[in-house]
Amino acid sequence: MAKGDPGGTTRSRRAAPRSKKGATGDPELVQLLTPEGERIDSATGPDGTEYRVDFTDEEYRGLYRDLVLVRKLDAEATALQRQGELGLWASLLGQEAAQVGSGRALRTQDMAFPTYREHGVLYCRGIDPIMPLGLFRGVDQGGWDPNEFKFNMYTIVIGAQTLHATGYAMGITMDGKVGTDDGEAAIAYFGDGATSQGDVNEAFVWASVFNAPLVFFCQNNQYAISEPLERQTRVPLYQRAAGFGFPGVRVDGNDVLASYAVTRTALDNARHGQGPSLIEAYTYRMGAHTTSDDPTRYRIASEVESWQAKDPILRVKAFLEKQQIADAAFFAEVDEQARREAVHLRERVLTMPDPEPVTMFDNVYPNGSPLLDEQRAQFNSYMESFEGSAH
Amino acid sequence: MSRIKTFNLPDLGEGLTEGEILAWLVKVGDTIELNQPIVEVETAKAAVEIPAKWAGQVQAIHHPEGATVEVGTPIIAIDTDPGAGPLEAPSTTATPSDDLPTPSAASLAAVEVAPAEGMIEPGLIGGAAPGGRTAVLVGYGPRTTAAKRRPRKGAVPAQAEAPVTPAPVAPQPVTPEPVRNGIGGPVTGGLVLAKPPVRKLAKDLGVDLSTLTGSGPLGSITREDVQQAASGSVAAAEPVAVTSTATSAASFGADREQRIPVKGVRKLTAENMSRSAFTAPHVTEFLTVDVTRAMKALERLRGRREWRDVRVSPLLLVAKAVLLAVKRHPMVNSTWAGDEIVVKEYVNLGIAAATERGLIVPNVKDAGRLSLRELADALNGLVQTAKSGRTSPADMSGGTLTITNVGVFGVDTGTPILPPGESAILAFGAVREMPWVHKGKVKARQVTTLGLSFDHRIIDGELGSKFLRDIGDFLADPEAALLAWT
Repeated sequence: MAKGDPGGTTRSRRAAPRSKKGATGDPELVQLLTPEGERIDSATGPDGTEYRVDFTDEEYRGLYRDLVLVRKLDAEATALQRQGELGLWASLLGQEAAQVGSGRALRTQDMAFPTYREHGVLYCRGIDPIMPLGLFRGVDQGGWDPNEFKFNMYTIVIGAQTLHATGYAMGITMDGKVGTDDGEAAIAYFGDGATSQGDVNEAFVWASVFNAPLVFFCQNNQYAISEPLERQTRVPLYQRAAGFGFPGVRVDGNDVLASYAVTRTALDNARHGQGPSLIEAYTYRMGAHTTSDDPTRYRIASEVESWQAKDPILRVKAFLEKQQIADAAFFAEVDEQARREAVHLRERVLTMPDPEPVTMFDNVYPNGSPLLDEQRAQFNSYMESFEGSAH
Repeated sequence: MSRIKTFNLPDLGEGLTEGEILAWLVKVGDTIELNQPIVEVETAKAAVEIPAKWAGQVQAIHHPEGATVEVGTPIIAIDTDPGAGPLEAPSTTATPSDDLPTPSAASLAAVEVAPAEGMIEPGLIGGAAPGGRTAVLVGYGPRTTAAKRRPRKGAVPAQAEAPVTPAPVAPQPVTPEPVRNGIGGPVTGGLVLAKPPVRKLAKDLGVDLSTLTGSGPLGSITREDVQQAASGSVAAAEPVAVTSTATSAASFGADREQRIPVKGVRKLTAENMSRSAFTAPHVTEFLTVDVTRAMKALERLRGRREWRDVRVSPLLLVAKAVLLAVKRHPMVNSTWAGDEIVVKEYVNLGIAAATERGLIVPNVKDAGRLSLRELADALNGLVQTAKSGRTSPADMSGGTLTITNVGVFGVDTGTPILPPGESAILAFGAVREMPWVHKGKVKARQVTTLGLSFDHRIIDGELGSKFLRDIGDFLADPEAALLAWT
């Protein structure tokens, strides 16, 4: 609202700023590495928190390797879907920094609750990247042990995992595992579209009033499938946290350093008993929502191009080169490793055995149930009715 | 394993059945790398580039740009080892897709891929039929058109040239597993299963749940168990007598259904009736009439010498009544033509006739100009022609108003549907002896019910009622009506 605007009297309250730039391009973005690869020593969040990182050269190179590998494996999975080897794939292209930054910020004891797109976080948790491919190929349920890796199963229902995470985090408090440096915290991943879901808003309420050690990590990739952000919110998403009574911060989601710093701070606050917080990682989904849609039908090319200039990997590479932290041999070696791992991934996907149909009855109940046993027996006799059946 | 690999169009987006080839990005002879984009395909959901599944040399392209290809159909063949010299004989290399994981024998989704000979130009390597099963393209079901069901044990082989002696299969009784409580091991003695409302009931009635044997699922105690215990009748619950054999033997499947192709008169009738019923707003009115006088008049008519050889039925009088009533209310003999109403001065009177071919409605052309005798002859001729199946299309076209004589089937009336293009149709019910008030006393009289449906776009309730009333008046007293109206 411009000064002296005679009609502005009713909208002059400062509590709810509705600047035009708010939902689309916020100047209050926490950033530690510019798209050109320039390092920023420290950045200040809206509540005055100082964010900074102090990595060794080895750690910088490690982050770069993570980003490249995660992107390559994701591209291989997309290709495998196009070749008929996966039923579906939700690509993370463009969101590598948000995922690797937050994923590396997790401590061993922290529990993560992903959507179906968190392949980068999954990689950082040490889970074999083949695991989600079995899920999307339809031959298993994913296969990793959520308790062993502290990484829950992929959740397809939009936003549901935020409630699971809230319950888990409340449990951490009840177990008395907060308040110390080695306390535990949980992190819930979701997207901008999920913020319109009732589940997510309920999770905000519960986490807030129970002071749960939980970080809400929203990857705002600008589109809920085809619906743009302005159809989801009238205020920047991170500002919603204020209404629920906990802090919110917007970070450059294409900046792996800032994503790391903001997440690490939020997790540490949570584990020390400071309660929940919301991180809005401002990023862009460079590909389709999943392999089943066509983003050119709802996005314009110039918008995609403007985000290509903010690529999360190129800026790290530029930084490493300028600072002479890595040389051409290193980049070539990383590329070669990525290529090798992609080929390895492909080979393993192609040899995944089709499950016996009857195994669908396994793992429904730990000790079975009469109804299920009956169905299994019926199904078995049905299968035996075919010629050449092994039974 | 063959060095020639054939790539089938996959389901690119959760349940698609086909895709259109927009552009080939490679041509025959090109050397390609793994994941190099080879073709752009548009599906119902998206236009996407498909990356090459194998490195090698393009051996054949099976569909031109612009072709619509079913999911599962081979689109390109790639020689994965072009440097290895000339190709082997086709007969030994013709197993496309054999690089895919071998499907488990029990895989439900196993599918026979359609023979590919027709798809591939003759003589090309890799063009032979895949023949056996191939791995299912992951996604939602392969093409159903080419899917063949796996043979069932004991089934009659579909192909006569490949007889299979069905192995006798002993029926295997399904042995129920021991009852378990769903989340743990078998139900043990100390645990009593009962829902909270049942526990409340037992408490209220003073029944000790641990003394009861439950008849519900998993041995749980039901409301009835508690009530039985409370009323002292703790006799073992008798098993409900279920005539299971009778129920299970009754089939409600295709073997007890008959499928009749919709064609010919049935198809035409269905189309006409649906069109009329859902375009013309129908109103139906009824009138019950004492037709004793009319029946007597018919008798007198039959007794006359000049009518000796003529078949005279009540329908004749009804037709005459309709024609006279139309003269008094010409608007009922009309057609709704969208932006205008066409009122006709001629009456082509349709008579609905049940024939072996089905319902047909021939009409008497310009019936309003005919004498009663001419009308009788025309009606008789029309019915005879219809019964013998010789009604011409000209006889059936151009009707303006119709009578349906449902009385011949012994029913009282109906709500007829207008033939398309007509605005009124009269149902003529059975003539019955009924108790009727005649001159102040209840007497046995010959009575019938008329049902008139009309198009409310043209005919309002007032006009329709007057028209029906006039028909009724004529049938109640034909002589008086003739004197009064003509």
